[in-house]
Amino acid sequence: MRARKLTAGILINAVTCCVSLVFILPLLVVLLNAFKSKAESNTMTLKLPAEWMFENFQTVVERGKLFLSFFNSLFYAGTGAVLIVFLIGAAGFVLARNRSGIHRFVYYFIILGIALPINNVTLMKIMKLLGLVNTQAGIILIYTAINLPISLFIVFGFIRNIPVEVDEAAIIDGCTARQLLLKIGLPLLSPVMVTIFVLNFMAIWNDFTMPLYYLNNSGKWPMTLAVYNFFGIFENQWNLVCADITLTILPVLIIFVLAQKYIVGGVSAGAVKG
Amino acid sequence: MCLLNFNKTYPTYYAIPALLLFVIFFFLPGVLGIFYSFTDWNSLRAEVNFVGLKNYLKIFSGQYDFVKYILNTVRFTGLTMITKTVFGIIFAMLLTHKLVKFQNIQRMVIFIPQVMSFLIVGLVFKSLLNPVTGFFNNFLKSAGLSVLARNWLSDSNLALSTVIAVDTWKGVGYLMIIVIAGIHGISSDYYEAAQIDGASFLQKTWHITLPLLKPVILNVTVLNLTYGLRVFDIIYALTNGGPGHATEVINTAVYSEFSKGNYAMGTTLSGILFVFVMLLSFFILRVLEPEEKS
Repeated sequence: MRARKLTAGILINAVTCCVSLVFILPLLVVLLNAFKSKAESNTMTLKLPAEWMFENFQTVVERGKLFLSFFNSLFYAGTGAVLIVFLIGAAGFVLARNRSGIHRFVYYFIILGIALPINNVTLMKIMKLLGLVNTQAGIILIYTAINLPISLFIVFGFIRNIPVEVDEAAIIDGCTARQLLLKIGLPLLSPVMVTIFVLNFMAIWNDFTMPLYYLNNSGKWPMTLAVYNFFGIFENQWNLVCADITLTILPVLIIFVLAQKYIVGGVSAGAVKG
Repeated sequence: MCLLNFNKTYPTYYAIPALLLFVIFFFLPGVLGIFYSFTDWNSLRAEVNFVGLKNYLKIFSGQYDFVKYILNTVRFTGLTMITKTVFGIIFAMLLTHKLVKFQNIQRMVIFIPQVMSFLIVGLVFKSLLNPVTGFFNNFLKSAGLSVLARNWLSDSNLALSTVIAVDTWKGVGYLMIIVIAGIHGISSDYYEAAQIDGASFLQKTWHITLPLLKPVILNVTVLNLTYGLRVFDIIYALTNGGPGHATEVINTAVYSEFSKGNYAMGTTLSGILFVFVMLLSFFILRVLEPEEKS
């Protein structure tokens, strides 16, 4: 019996290790090849580089305009996420508490956006009418709008779990509507707001479609579009491509490690009964 | 019972900025898109004429490949939903099994692709799957399996499957994490009772774990469904719809029609998706919000 359990243990651990390898290997290959010379990276293998070429990264940063695109991404993701936090803080609080006809409708109407596709052809027309094509303000507004639905859904679920008696007590104590939101509502919401901020920051950081449609000036490109463009130009220099990909993944990985709790908690909140 | 005057305590105007942004940048384009799908709107001429159902006839007449793009979208959506769900459940069960070591690290490793951009994942695999220089074929060769080496992304019979596999690689961690959270929520009493009744591992899985996970899995499946129908980034990065149009889906076709200046056709394709998802959403809302009674 004990022998059988031991074999089972070894077997199941071998299986899970293989599974984990499938997920880590592709990234490891890219990382290793980022340090190789052009010739060596021409046949991608798991071999360690003959000579560690740290200058690849310098080349990539210079030629791929990585600094500029990094700060663009940071700007779009940061501003967009902050905007969403404020808009959803106010809207979510009202929509979750006040369930009379119109509010109910507005809630369902907005979360319909979780599923609906964005029509970029006509959105382009609206952007042109508003003079927002190829502007940083335009792209931030789009990001804010398209990420509202899922954020509202998560915040709504959270607010529904805060007892309404808290609000009643505040009102009896003479709280006004604005004070209720600012002094009672938002502080109670702060954990879910951190989640919303992190999730939206990453969603915007990772997006590629919107700049592809709405930003044609390379000076305004975020990292995703810059790396895509770099890939197109340097497709036969795999060491540089890998170095560029590595540098682009790095910020996201750092955020992931730092904000793991919020990310995993946030994605679960959407699905496992918010 | 309630002491509050709701409309005074929770004034509607708090919701208006969010609503306004959503309407202008999200909903209005969708509705406008349906209106323009009945026109000949393009980049060559300034005036826009009403042409009735011409664009729809063009799509569904079978003369062009558009039906194939729609079918590709459906196939991509259906297959990724299945692969992600099946592997997600298997990984979750493996990584909650008491004999498995280093569970947390392995969960994080499988979840990492989830936080990466679709585009980056696409580029990573485009490098690895390059038939000549890529890691994948080189690995097969060095393992003495060169017969298995393929043109993963440029063989039109294989490309869609490859894209589906890559998308599964990226998305399965999400499902796994959700299912793990679900498994942790199941009371151990059920398993103890089953143990006493002499149930095997498979019986416990089939009769306890899976039925209790059903709501959770249903929720994620809905999210995967709506993701699949709208897929763009990963396909654009991996194959750009090619080879030929073997991996063309609705949203890549919209982009290429848009770039060619055939705005009406782009908006018609997008509009079809919009209406289809709208209809689906009535079902989706019921799944996402099963207990909106209180």
